[in-house]
Amino acid sequence: MGDFLGMFFNWEYIFKVLPDLVLVGLVNTLMLAAAATIIALFIGMLVSMALLSKRRWLRVPAQVYVDVLRGLPTILTIFLIGQGLPYAGFTFLGTSAYPYGIAALGLIASAYTAEIFRSGIQAVHHGQLEAARALGMPYGTAMSLIVVPQGVRNVLPALTNQFISIVKDTSLVYVLGLGIGERELYRIGQDMSQRVGNLSPLVAAGIIYLLITVPLTHLVNWLDRRLRSGKVPVVVEQPADAEPTAQRTFA
Amino acid sequence: MTTTIAPGTTAVSVRNLRKSFGQNEVLKGIDLDIRQGEVVCIIGPSGSGKSTLLRSLNLLEEPTAGTVLIGETDLTAKGTDINEVRRRVGMVFQSFNLFPHLTVERNITIALERVRGIKGAEARRIAGERLADVGLAQKATARPASLSGGQQQRVAIARALAMAPEIMLFDEVTSALDPELVKGVLNIMTKLAEGGMTMIVVTHEMGFARQVADRVIFMDRGQVVESGTPDAIFNRPESPRLQAFLSEVLT
Ligand SMILES: Nc1ncnc2c1ncn2[C@@H]1O[C@H](COP(=O)(O)OP(=O)(O)O)[C@@H](O)[C@H]1O
Ligand SMILES: [Mg+2]
Repeated sequence: MGDFLGMFFNWEYIFKVLPDLVLVGLVNTLMLAAAATIIALFIGMLVSMALLSKRRWLRVPAQVYVDVLRGLPTILTIFLIGQGLPYAGFTFLGTSAYPYGIAALGLIASAYTAEIFRSGIQAVHHGQLEAARALGMPYGTAMSLIVVPQGVRNVLPALTNQFISIVKDTSLVYVLGLGIGERELYRIGQDMSQRVGNLSPLVAAGIIYLLITVPLTHLVNWLDRRLRSGKVPVVVEQPADAEPTAQRTFA
Repeated sequence: MTTTIAPGTTAVSVRNLRKSFGQNEVLKGIDLDIRQGEVVCIIGPSGSGKSTLLRSLNLLEEPTAGTVLIGETDLTAKGTDINEVRRRVGMVFQSFNLFPHLTVERNITIALERVRGIKGAEARRIAGERLADVGLAQKATARPASLSGGQQQRVAIARALAMAPEIMLFDEVTSALDPELVKGVLNIMTKLAEGGMTMIVVTHEMGFARQVADRVIFMDRGQVVESGTPDAIFNRPESPRLQAFLSEVLT
């Protein structure tokens, strides 16, 4: 029993790996995730616009993009994009695997993000776009000021979930071969585990992942409840009006 | 740019307007002339094409055939700036369609900025004036969700009026309201009509049509079946279809 616990919770090894885990691994994990998220949000929004377009020549390629990236195993795509981009002439990203990992994670996530945006935007009542257009707003203005902000609000929980996925998927970019200082949480835990022949460093890495993902999961649940209940906070109305005012309190 | 329509001249001219959704011909050759300052109420059974006709006047629906002139502007002609025409033709919907993520004032100023290019203090001044017109100046900072249906609809009217339209279209704007809130909205429309606004009003409020309309048009199955003064339409209906419709709605 003691051996068993010692295999997973050896405090000596955990403290030994902790500085690297936090100062290098956590920093890299968060940087990879943040950069990939920015790419995913940007490309995802563009692709969702194409998915919603009336024009077939925009819609069809966008749907293919989404289907392919969502249909492939993440690790296969990371290899393909991470190793393929340099071959395809995208050498301006340099020789480190790091930016290619970011690109791969970001592109994969952009497919999911596009679908998330699309569903959120489609959930906005079509009367919103009509009202904006009827006022004389051009399509792009009406979408960007009226429809998309409401659509994004609809999918904040799903977007947060997507961020959680990205955080976890950063553990896959090691396959591209990261430099010592570029290693993220998983790689640092795994390296140390192999060196000392004990799983405790990996457990420590796992705990750090959980410290990020579990609060975010609860944030998702909270956002979800808030949106479902009507998303506007308690509104207290001043009287002084002939008409009865709907006093809406959202539980 | 803005063609103001002189009194007595034609504000809207519809010729042989046809609209099909797939195989379903919803408008079967509508001819209609509306003078500047005239208030026309359109009545008729549900599904007869009243909304489609109204929505063809600002190109929310694209006509299948026929022409629509707003003032001198041919809506379906190539090169017509549809956003400029929509600015000149205000529309109020049954479902209000206020922008829920914006304050009442912002609902108005966002269109002023983006459509009329009026910004800042001047936009807020206009918004305040139009809100005062509908008796809701004190609601400028409220969110739409905190207002009653009647108040929301009055804001929607104020928002449309802020665009300084030449013509106002109303599509069953009181149908979604609780009975006690209908009157407030109809009063505003009556005031607007007395002020000389050209109005086309699809309505089930026969009392309003009787008192405010210069002309009442009865539509059925995609055609204008009968058209005349409120007195002629309500007291001396000629066609059996109008007689049947009136006996149904006036009981
Ligand atoms: N976007 C649409 N697509 C298909 N059919 C439609 C659409 N809009 C309206 N229709 C059909 O056109 C007919 C007339 O509708 P509408 O103009 O809304 O009538 P009304 O306003 O008089 O009730 C109805 O049969 C309706 O189902
Ligand atoms: Mg209708």
